[in-house]
Amino acid sequence: MPGPKTLIALGALLLLFVVPGCWAVSSYNGLQREQVRVDESWAQVQNVYQRRSDLVPNLVATVKGYAAHEQSTLDAVVSARSKATAIQLTPEAMKDPEALKRFQAAQGELGGALSRLMAISENYPNLKANENFLALQSQLEGSENRITVERQRFNAAVGTFNAHLRVFPANVIAGFAGLTPRAFFQADPGSEKVPQVKF
Amino acid sequence: MRLRGALLALALLLGGTATALEVPPAPQPGERWGYVSDFAGVLSEAQRDALEARCKDLDASDSTQVAVVLVKSLEGDSLEDFSIRLAQGWGIGRKDRNNGVLLLVAVQDRKMRIEVGYGLEGKLTDALSSEIIRSVITPRFKAGDYAGGLDAGVEAIQAVVRGEYQAAAPVSAPPSEILVFLFFILLFGPLFAWKLRGMRAYTLGGGRHRGGWGSSGFGGSSGSGFGGFGGGSFGGGGSSGRW
Repeated sequence: MPGPKTLIALGALLLLFVVPGCWAVSSYNGLQREQVRVDESWAQVQNVYQRRSDLVPNLVATVKGYAAHEQSTLDAVVSARSKATAIQLTPEAMKDPEALKRFQAAQGELGGALSRLMAISENYPNLKANENFLALQSQLEGSENRITVERQRFNAAVGTFNAHLRVFPANVIAGFAGLTPRAFFQADPGSEKVPQVKF
Repeated sequence: MRLRGALLALALLLGGTATALEVPPAPQPGERWGYVSDFAGVLSEAQRDALEARCKDLDASDSTQVAVVLVKSLEGDSLEDFSIRLAQGWGIGRKDRNNGVLLLVAVQDRKMRIEVGYGLEGKLTDALSSEIIRSVITPRFKAGDYAGGLDAGVEAIQAVVRGEYQAAAPVSAPPSEILVFLFFILLFGPLFAWKLRGMRAYTLGGGRHRGGWGSSGFGGSSGSGFGGFGGGSFGGGGSSGRW
């Protein structure tokens, strides 16, 4: 039969080490899970951007057949694509906000070049009636929409992780484990939605 | 003019929240119309019943869930934004298969969208969704025939996605029967194992999407009434159109 002193010592041990230990471990696990979610959503983001890039050769070839003298617009798309596909970020590399900015800038340039290409295609009725072009156009729209969706989800995952990093005890644990806040996608210039007001 | 300015300032202050149209609550299991939600009130009861039966049929055989939603107006929200929030929020399709499709129509905006779940993107591609909108639904909508357009549209969607998944075997045996079944397997399983060896290739080489027991989420059984959506996920695939 252990004496009261032993029991008090055991209780103190529990309060001082075991309880905070469990708390720290569960908080650390939570952080790790959230970080994995960030990396997974990043992989999705890269996938959907890749999907858009993959459409470019077909799209350029189709448009060329009808609008050959729009060479400068076509060239702009091709060069923007090669610049954009040159930047692939591993989860490790995209912790650097500057790297993410460069990725976003290159993809933004491709997006701009593609929207100029789609705009000039409006001038070619034969092109617009081409089944192949219509299919590519819908695929491009689908890709742009997927990009919006996956970027939002990535930002949401980063938001959860970063918010968790700031609260106790995660902030202390993050210091030991070397976890730092992750970078967000910034809104593309000109893409901010202006609220529509009806009178 | 000053009132206009003040309202505009207020709208700017509230930002995007002012335009985000709220997603209506998902239909609950047992409701008369679950796959078909006509918030715009353009379909008759009989038309809704017919569409509902069509969607229910595919769910029962394939576990693939096609939902039809009509709203009066987007109230300034973007079609794509509202569509994915609704599809994801309701969880159309099964959780482990993401095999849901949403056909969304905004009647006053004259806009529509086919939103495709992750698990069906390979079959119901953006190009096919666009094709269905352009050549199947749009002509009928232009003629004012909503029911006909939706019916033909759902039929076309189903023709594309049918067979991609199969419904899981309904788990309907009472526990005692399962126990008896397990008992026999334990007793005679080893005896039969060597005999079945040659047949393995047939029984295990089924479709890659064939789900096991209990993978059907909610509903999916052939009981009466709507069984509820299963928690499927969407990634923005599909196509939009206007008429």
